[in-house]
Amino acid sequence: MSNSDALISRLHELQTEALDLVASAADASALEEARIAFLGRKEGRISLVLRELGRIDPSERAAVGAAANRVKGTVQAAIEDREGALAAVEAAGGVALDLTLPGRRPARGGAHPVAIVMEEIWEIFRDLGFTRARGPEAETEWTNFEALNTPLDHPAADEQDTLYLKRGGLLRSHTSPVQVRTMQAYEPPIRILAPGWVYRRDTYDPTHAPVFLQVEGLVVDEGITFVDFKATLAEFARRFWGPGTQTRFRPSFFPFTEPSAEVDVKRVIEHADGTVEETDWLEIMGAGMVDPAVLEACGIDSERYTGFAFGMGPARIAMLKYGISDLRIFFENDLRFLRQFGPDGRGGTPA
Amino acid sequence: MNISIRWLSDFVEGDLGSLEELTERLALSGFPVEGIQDFRQGLSDIVVGRVLEAQPHPDADRLKLCRVDAGTGEELQVICGAPNARSGGIYPFIPVGGVLPDGMKIRKAKIRGTHSFGMLCSAREMGLGQEHDGILELSGEYAPGTPFLEAVGLDDAILDVEVTANRGDLLSHIGVAREVGSVREGLPSLPGTTPVPFELRSAPDRLEVDGVTFVHEAPEDSRRFLGAIVRGVKVGPSPDWLRLRLRAIGARPINNVVDATNYVLFELGQPTHAYDLAKLHGPEIRVRRARAGEEVTTLDGEARTLTSEMLVIADADRTVDIAGIMGELETSVTEETVDLLLECAHFEPGGVRMTKKALGIQSDAGYRFERFVDAGGQERALARVLEIILATAGGELHPVVGDLHPRPWSDPEIALRLSRVEHLLGVPFEAERIGELLTPLGFEVVGADGDVLTVRVPGWRGADVTREVDLIEEIARRHGYDAFPATLGTFRPGTVPDHPLFHLEDETRRWMAGVGAWEAQTPAFVPAEQGEVELNNPLSTKEPVLRREILPSLLRRVEYNLARGNRDVRLYEFATSFRKGGPDGLPLEEPRLAVAIHGARDPGHWSASTEGFDIWDLKGWLEALAPRLWPGATVEPGSDLGIPVNPHLALVVKNAHGEVVGCGGVVADASVDLPPWAGSVFGIELRLPADPAPAPAIRATPLPTHPASERDLALLVADEVPAASIVSAARDAGGRLLEEAGVFDLYAGEGVPEGHRSLALRFRFQAEDRTLTDEEVEKALDRIVVRLREEFGVEVRGG
Repeated sequence: MSNSDALISRLHELQTEALDLVASAADASALEEARIAFLGRKEGRISLVLRELGRIDPSERAAVGAAANRVKGTVQAAIEDREGALAAVEAAGGVALDLTLPGRRPARGGAHPVAIVMEEIWEIFRDLGFTRARGPEAETEWTNFEALNTPLDHPAADEQDTLYLKRGGLLRSHTSPVQVRTMQAYEPPIRILAPGWVYRRDTYDPTHAPVFLQVEGLVVDEGITFVDFKATLAEFARRFWGPGTQTRFRPSFFPFTEPSAEVDVKRVIEHADGTVEETDWLEIMGAGMVDPAVLEACGIDSERYTGFAFGMGPARIAMLKYGISDLRIFFENDLRFLRQFGPDGRGGTPA
Repeated sequence: MNISIRWLSDFVEGDLGSLEELTERLALSGFPVEGIQDFRQGLSDIVVGRVLEAQPHPDADRLKLCRVDAGTGEELQVICGAPNARSGGIYPFIPVGGVLPDGMKIRKAKIRGTHSFGMLCSAREMGLGQEHDGILELSGEYAPGTPFLEAVGLDDAILDVEVTANRGDLLSHIGVAREVGSVREGLPSLPGTTPVPFELRSAPDRLEVDGVTFVHEAPEDSRRFLGAIVRGVKVGPSPDWLRLRLRAIGARPINNVVDATNYVLFELGQPTHAYDLAKLHGPEIRVRRARAGEEVTTLDGEARTLTSEMLVIADADRTVDIAGIMGELETSVTEETVDLLLECAHFEPGGVRMTKKALGIQSDAGYRFERFVDAGGQERALARVLEIILATAGGELHPVVGDLHPRPWSDPEIALRLSRVEHLLGVPFEAERIGELLTPLGFEVVGADGDVLTVRVPGWRGADVTREVDLIEEIARRHGYDAFPATLGTFRPGTVPDHPLFHLEDETRRWMAGVGAWEAQTPAFVPAEQGEVELNNPLSTKEPVLRREILPSLLRRVEYNLARGNRDVRLYEFATSFRKGGPDGLPLEEPRLAVAIHGARDPGHWSASTEGFDIWDLKGWLEALAPRLWPGATVEPGSDLGIPVNPHLALVVKNAHGEVVGCGGVVADASVDLPPWAGSVFGIELRLPADPAPAPAIRATPLPTHPASERDLALLVADEVPAASIVSAARDAGGRLLEEAGVFDLYAGEGVPEGHRSLALRFRFQAEDRTLTDEEVEKALDRIVVRLREEFGVEVRGG
């Protein structure tokens, strides 16, 4: 056996010995002792072997050197791996590490589902050039009815049975007063969304509440037509409900719009299994071309300017979107319900 | 409005199509069908049965044993509990095996030892009425075994059509017929009736017919009043076709005279009223305003007190009818009535509505008059009522009919610009096309001059079509909304800025999501002690006011969640606070944010027990949140804004002007109902700026190029000296070089004298242009120590 062969087999023996010691190191200091014992620059046993390199035939040095570096590398890698394992045990508090246990999650909250829907509606209309306007919740009969072409003795004023205040004024039954105030304060072009709470004298039932969020929109400019009206709302419907959504406009009556329409959508729902379901027509909003009497009441020349307006209830939209059959759950604010619309509602690993 | 398909098809040329098609057509015309009742499905098993003999049941007092001929060739034994089953009577009969509309299947039955093969039916069992008045006796002669529906003309379906408030004309079969098809000339013929001619005697305010004086004193309230005299009628039940047609649309038959008036109301939309002529003092009939305080008992048995604004019909002495709404009891038609005075009038919607509202009366007549009744339709409606009454109740019509006609109606004409049609609808319409669209509804293009058409409006649309735009809507509606293109064009940006408060709310929502809070939405109505703005007509006497503070609503939600086993509840809400004293007599409104926190600081983890949210967490939230809402805001000890917190564990938020804009703290025990194990609830209520200023512009500061020096000091501070004063004085004394000063530790106990605590402060000194020398830093630190000693008697610990 040549010197070099003897050295190489020596190195392999040392490797086996070193790996055993590393594997049995119980903590970081034992591991460090093992490292010094084998790889220590001065007294490390592998290092010492390498010092003997000078004594062998130069033609064989390269082979021995390579073998020595391999062994060094193997032992070094074993030490690093053991270090990681020991750190993991420490992280687990000294008990057996079980990474299937749940992680420590940061606190997480979220918006109310109706507010989420409101935001989605806003984002779509923002992209269509709208801004948001707001106004008071307590209003006068003039802004809530009369400016909107609704005489107080008309049956239409009854349909939204109104809550009045003892010292005068009323709680707005729609956010249309915001439209009135905006038209009085700004020159066209006007493209606004008016979100806000509205009040009606309805008792609570699965589809009614005496107070609910509404969002109305108003566009007033030169050359706005029934075609623009249809196009804008159909575009909204496609963006909100998905590209396959069909929109239907049915004639209706509101004192403040003429022509007036109810807007229905038919959604195309693609299920996870690839099947496609088409819903019935779902009524989502009331809308129409702004009645010239409304424009005139707000100081806008109705011969020059035309416009359209629409209104919808985000709670109703949320019911359709999330499959909720009783809107009273929105007022309960039960965390188990609210959480379904936050990060936890989006699937993933259960906590 | 309940619409009978058979009734409707009597008016329309050609076929109405299937129910589905008709429903769709109505929906796309603007009148959605809310419900369908199809008798052809529910009542097809029922046949006409004749009771050959009805005898008392041998073993039961209330039951009768009947022998029934149901056209099967054999007599059936049927047991019947109705008191009105009689020998020779004809009734709807359902044989064994038949199914009633409610799904009940008829089986052979044994009642008190006797078999029964089938059932004689009541109107209620067939879905034709609500009354418990025995089985439905038919008056016509029908062969036993004839299908019931066919025999009485009930092979029909009823549509519940939703009619918008502007379309009083659609509260009738003729009105709906105009919307769904082309209406025949003249009125459909009815079984056994013939039209009766009469002559009108017209005058604006006074006339006499057959000894009856007619007077009209209120031309503003009623443009026309027709009165016909019929003598020698025999009041009794109506024939089957009339009774059952009324029943089918949900009306209750009364007698042949009243049924005739109701029939015309549902057919033409014109209410009429029959008086017992013998009971009219004078005899006189007078259209006038009521006398203030005049009392009248209406047909529903209610005593009513009238005011002088209300229009009535009176005889020589007293009110006999509240005009257009409801008749008076004593002068109404009964079984004894022989001579009739029939009224057919037009009343103005505003007055009828005012009276209806003031008296709280609902009636079919009032519902129609307040929505406008065909202004030119009285003569035809009266002729129709007379035709039915003379055929069903007999009697003789006086050939002259009184016609008080103070304000004759003429169909209005409206100028319609073709250019305006395109301007509004975005699509050009030619004159000819407009004619095609409008004519079937009764409009008439009577003139064309270049761009302008003249369109005549029929009397039944006299109230809702008064302007050019009303006609344009009709054009769009008849053309079909779906037939218009929906191509998105270009648009100009608007002049209205996005309201910054929305943006602030959105930002706050994101912040709240990051700290684990969930948004709540709660109603604004609260108990009387929690607000000052009272509702006039609250929904509940328990919650008669609008809230002043928002936090209490959230505390109720915390309780609700804890009661349902939810833990670690963090809720926030944006809402409006209402107080007295706003502009124009309205309340003062303030946008607010409320937060309620209960439970652990962090979400629980199996590796450690969790610590509760505490006052320092709350303060940290306020310190982080407040400047986002109010730039420059500070947080200090204190309590305000009316929220129920323990004043010793409370903090206020002040804006840059020093105004209190918010408060947070530990909610007082009495204000929240928690289970005994639950710790404190923390509450925050913050005003939001009504019109937030844009966030201050940010200017970046270059980073220092020289290292900073840090020094720590442990200070013995008397308990009554606030830490904030120490830090602020230290900052002041530290001079230009002191970049930062803050508390990093607090200790009390061994080694610290009684009534003191040890406050550890860390100072960071920095110069822009050089590395500070130890001498410079020590000098600055000495200034601080001297200042704190002089001002607060503070000693350096171990110094």
